[in-house]
Amino acid sequence: MRRLNTHRKPPRVGDQPLFRRLLIGIVLVLVALIIVAPLVIIGVEASAKGWAVYRDTIIHPDTRHAIMLTVLAALVAVPVNTAFGIAAAWAITKFDFWGKRFLLVLIEIPFSVSPIVAGVAYLFVYGLQGIFGPTLDAWDIKILFAIPGIILASMFVTAPFVARELIPLMQAQGRDLEEAATSLGASGWRTFFSVTLPNVKWALLYGVILCNARVMGEFGAVSVVSGNIRGQTNTLPLHIELLYHDYQATGAFASASILATIAVLTIIAKVALERQGAGRVRPQAKPAESNS
Amino acid sequence: MKIRLDHVVKTFETFRAVRDVSLEIESGELVALLGPSGSGKTTILRMVAGLEYSDGGHIYFGDQDATDIPVRDRGVGFVFQHYALFPHMTVAQNIAFGMKVSKVKREKAAIDARVTDLLRLVRLEGLGDRFPAQISGGQRQRVALARALAVDPKVLLLDEPFGALDANVRRDLRRWLREIHSELGITTLFVTHDQEEALDLADRVVILKDGQIVQQGTPEEVCRDPQSAFVMKFLGDANVIAAEVRDGKAYASGAAIEVAGLADGKAELYARPADLDWSLQGPGIPASITRVLDRPDGRRVLATAETGEHLEFDVEPERVVKAGDGGFVTLRRAKVFAV
Repeated sequence: MRRLNTHRKPPRVGDQPLFRRLLIGIVLVLVALIIVAPLVIIGVEASAKGWAVYRDTIIHPDTRHAIMLTVLAALVAVPVNTAFGIAAAWAITKFDFWGKRFLLVLIEIPFSVSPIVAGVAYLFVYGLQGIFGPTLDAWDIKILFAIPGIILASMFVTAPFVARELIPLMQAQGRDLEEAATSLGASGWRTFFSVTLPNVKWALLYGVILCNARVMGEFGAVSVVSGNIRGQTNTLPLHIELLYHDYQATGAFASASILATIAVLTIIAKVALERQGAGRVRPQAKPAESNS
Repeated sequence: MKIRLDHVVKTFETFRAVRDVSLEIESGELVALLGPSGSGKTTILRMVAGLEYSDGGHIYFGDQDATDIPVRDRGVGFVFQHYALFPHMTVAQNIAFGMKVSKVKREKAAIDARVTDLLRLVRLEGLGDRFPAQISGGQRQRVALARALAVDPKVLLLDEPFGALDANVRRDLRRWLREIHSELGITTLFVTHDQEEALDLADRVVILKDGQIVQQGTPEEVCRDPQSAFVMKFLGDANVIAAEVRDGKAYASGAAIEVAGLADGKAELYARPADLDWSLQGPGIPASITRVLDRPDGRRVLATAETGEHLEFDVEPERVVKAGDGGFVTLRRAKVFAV
């Protein structure tokens, strides 16, 4: 049979050589135009005026501050959203409660809402004309046009990432393992750390990496709430835009290259994790001979 | 430890899974909860474990009211239907888990020694370093049992313990579980929908239907004296023949059986295939053979009575029978239930 198969493959839809080459060709051209060309341009433009200019842009106080702010936002938003994601996934997959489906939909909303809408919404909640605005102002707490606003907006946009990775996996795993651990005398925390977490760790890491990438690259929501004060409330993506509007193309591209590098590192980490088996069962050795 | 369920009730949303079940399990007894799916047997088991709380009634462990004791502190060993072994831990780590998380602190050496003992008990010496994915289904089952026994439970609870295994492994494990039970003498309650398993393994069988106990007793009691048509049918193949009770006797076409304590009126005769005989001359129930099934332990004959009832009985393998033959079925013994 095998020999027959190699001789005569059953014809599949679109399996003519011409058609195949055409499809592959279209994909390659599109990838080159849409993805590769811009990435190359970032590299080329960033180094257009030589290494010295590139270095000067990077070590410029405003750029450094923008980098620090972006890292700060990630340092706060990612752990908070990770904790939120784990809690939400745990609640949704291990318990039954009223409004569970609604919560599931609610978690997805930041994905479907444009970030700029989120930003504007924050203006109406925390702004001077907003609901909490006057109270916050009275207590002299600055949220909008300050670091808390940036972090809040970033958190809103990236809230679903960890939960979305965990929920399908934890749903598939069911409650048996936790019930077994509890029946053996383990406390809730012990069950979580010894049983639940090890079985979802790859999916969790994957979610954290995606969440981090999104926090660092977030533009829309943050641009509304940050106020774009150079050296104060400018994150890296906002800084790039500012530089570009100031006709500092090289500076913009140099800053962009940092974000692009982060993105590429993220992709590499993601691929590495997928190899380890994110969300999948690790490849195990063959089962032993059945001699029960 | 003696276990007592006192008028236990459980409702899921609108489904009444367990309705007023009272049950006593003596210390050291091995009891089977037997019933079709949806009969509430697993729910009862989970309530004894503390994995579900009852909506009404009480569960006693010895003299202590255990109804509200959380599963963690209840001291039960629970073996899950699909074993629920921790996939990221080795067999030895799985078995040691309960001892490691216990409030009673143990020396590492003591834990290791206990794990070795348990591995020997479940005949898995040398497999302690394997992961659950690397062993067979029957071996996983035994690891799950060792893990449950490691915490010295007061009661051992097993949910369909052999459900996911193939027939031969299942038979071996059944004998082996019986041996372990006699060795340890631990009070054991297990759930099954397989009557053969329940009858082979248990000291006492509790038969459930729609969340209620319909009969309980030793395998002999429930087999020889089923109290209802449901128990009769559920425990094994049964022929059903329409009959009529008059003056303490049940009459079917060509057969009459003495019955006591049944009111006159319509009834049904129930007889096991082994309780039917086949002869070419009457008297008896006239029938014709529709099919002959050959099995390793005999020859099963399917026949249709003149009155339309489907009958099954066994004959000697040497007996010459073939589809289309006519003859008479006689009853050696039968149970009569009013309809």
